[in-house]
Amino acid sequence: MTAGAAQAETITVATVNNNDMVIMQSLTEEFEKAHPDITLDWVVLEENVLRQRMTTDIATQGGQFDVMTIGSYEVPIWAERGWLVPLDNLPEDYQESDLLKPVRDGLSHDGVLNALPFYAESSMLYYRTDLFEQAGIEMPEQPTWQQVHDWAETLHDPENNVSGICLRGKPGWGENMAFVSTLVNTFGGRWFDMDWNPEINSEAWQNAISFYVDLLNNYGPAGATSNGFNENLALFSRGNCAMWVDATSAAGKLFNPDESKVADRLGFAPAPVAETPKGSHWLWAWSLAIPASSNSPDAARTFITWATSQDYVNLVGETQGWTSVPPGTRQSTYDNENYQQAAPFAGFVVDAINAADPLDSSLEPNPYVGVQFVGIPEFQAVGTQVGQMVASALSGDTSVEQALSAAQNATERTMKRAGYPK
Amino acid sequence: MNRTRASGRTVGGLRTLSLQAPAVTLLLLWMIVPLAMTVWFSFQRYNLLMPGMTGFAGLENYEYLVTDPALWSAMGTTLLLVGWVLVITVVGGTLLAVLFQQDFMGRGIARVLAISPFFVMPTVSALVWKNMMMHPANGVLAWLSSSLGLPVVDWFSSLPLTSIIIIVSWQWLPFALLILLTAMQSLDEDQVEAARMDGAGPVAVFFYITLPHLKRAISVVIMIEMIFLLTIFAEIFVTTSGGPGLATTNLAYLIYIRALLDFDVGTASAGGVIAIILANIVAIFLVRMVAKNLDS
Repeated sequence: MTAGAAQAETITVATVNNNDMVIMQSLTEEFEKAHPDITLDWVVLEENVLRQRMTTDIATQGGQFDVMTIGSYEVPIWAERGWLVPLDNLPEDYQESDLLKPVRDGLSHDGVLNALPFYAESSMLYYRTDLFEQAGIEMPEQPTWQQVHDWAETLHDPENNVSGICLRGKPGWGENMAFVSTLVNTFGGRWFDMDWNPEINSEAWQNAISFYVDLLNNYGPAGATSNGFNENLALFSRGNCAMWVDATSAAGKLFNPDESKVADRLGFAPAPVAETPKGSHWLWAWSLAIPASSNSPDAARTFITWATSQDYVNLVGETQGWTSVPPGTRQSTYDNENYQQAAPFAGFVVDAINAADPLDSSLEPNPYVGVQFVGIPEFQAVGTQVGQMVASALSGDTSVEQALSAAQNATERTMKRAGYPK
Repeated sequence: MNRTRASGRTVGGLRTLSLQAPAVTLLLLWMIVPLAMTVWFSFQRYNLLMPGMTGFAGLENYEYLVTDPALWSAMGTTLLLVGWVLVITVVGGTLLAVLFQQDFMGRGIARVLAISPFFVMPTVSALVWKNMMMHPANGVLAWLSSSLGLPVVDWFSSLPLTSIIIIVSWQWLPFALLILLTAMQSLDEDQVEAARMDGAGPVAVFFYITLPHLKRAISVVIMIEMIFLLTIFAEIFVTTSGGPGLATTNLAYLIYIRALLDFDVGTASAGGVIAIILANIVAIFLVRMVAKNLDS
């Protein structure tokens, strides 16, 4: 051990190719300068591919990675299996109490953090202030989906390449179903009843999906079934959408005039509600965790406490501009005057995150944890299947009713096979 | 049974066998190990996300798969995809081969251009078709149809399987063309000339001389394409992700979903075994047909 300490230890960090993580990678030198005994080796991949590689690695105890970037969905499940190194006794200057409570709760298992939040997001409504002014529409403090529907109808202008509304349509539990789940929640639906029986063909689901299909087909952009988060971000920042309901983490990019044509005409409001405000906006945290199979857990711990610290936030703010700091994790970020000045959306984001409650996300009680996902291992399969069916209803391939009953059947099969109801 | 070569050495003895052994063993391992593991896993309850649930599953994985409507829809999609692409590439390839056999200005360049799509990687060609050709807002096809005053087609959501068939055919047509064109070049010109003098028109020449001459080449094209088309994946992954619904989920994509989206190794392996069986059924018929053609 003493002989090895002189040599630099290399840790492999697996992360997503999202903007904030790319910035983290570009700051490698800063970290290595401060910690000369640790060298970073990066594996940066697209979300789905990364998830596959990490899951196979961790489930087979591969030990390929020392730091993994995982979301609110994986952390509790993996922690329960003992796949992650618990992060107790964090150093004093890490200021654990500065982390936003819903985010910290979501990443804890038995009261101990199992991953440190890198950035967190909720969802909200973005809109074009110029178009709203032209049409004489005033945005209320809390828009409803019916209002959004009417506005989309007014503002839809395909001649000028502006769609009334852009929404996710690309199938996947992390793509269309993230959005669709919040819509179902606010229409009063839920994924499972208290005995884990799926309720995907319930009336609330029928209403929500019919509404979604009708809205997006009439006033959405062409080819909506292949639009995910990134595609919609591109559409909205080019000025092709009047409204967009999606992740709060897009705000930094949309407000950056170098990356967005609509930076000076951008309005924002809380995610719309229908029957109930419960679960109308989601909660997600990308976080850094150490797999139990890591060979260098101490070095990995040094790195993740650095990358999620307040100092890191300041470092990004000073070197990359304040709109680029990883949002949603620390109260101190939102108390920071520089950030408040650069990011007018800051207050909305922190309120949305604080208001999201993964333990109580639907009108009727449910047995699961999570707003836009169900915190059980089977959900990846279920969410993917249902996402495909919803996309099929959106494309007009099947009716909403058929799609939902197929989704219900597939989910029943998967759940039965996994041994539910428990 | 030992035979003696002209050089005086024995062939087929224990010594030769021992020399062959490493190569044969390696080949066997190469082939048998993955196959055996797939079969083994297909009888296991093995989901990466549920480490507690392990053990022998009997036929449960197969039962689950066979009662899944997705499997039958995927089989249908696989056959439709293979069938249509074969029809398009073989018919189109034959016609194009006849065309490119004619003497015309710039024939060399035209041939190279016609063949070049085959050298584009599947992922790249799928991306090009998705974003530059079939995209309902930015695509060339959308621009074409709207400048003709026709409604814009949202290819991947309203005609998903057709779109995939078009993309795959675009890639494989050049392959068929290449093989058939080479075969055309061995066609005896004198025979055609003689037929012409006997009063045969171009259609008759095509059906009675060219086509029978191309028969072998066509069966080779069908066999090779079939092997590759059964496993089409990249085009589907890039463009439609198997959807909307299950409209473009073929067997290969279904196995991918089970293995890497659901992390259900057991069911995915069972799917793999079913795919092997399907491929073998197809191959047996195919190899017979081709062999018959090659013999005649």
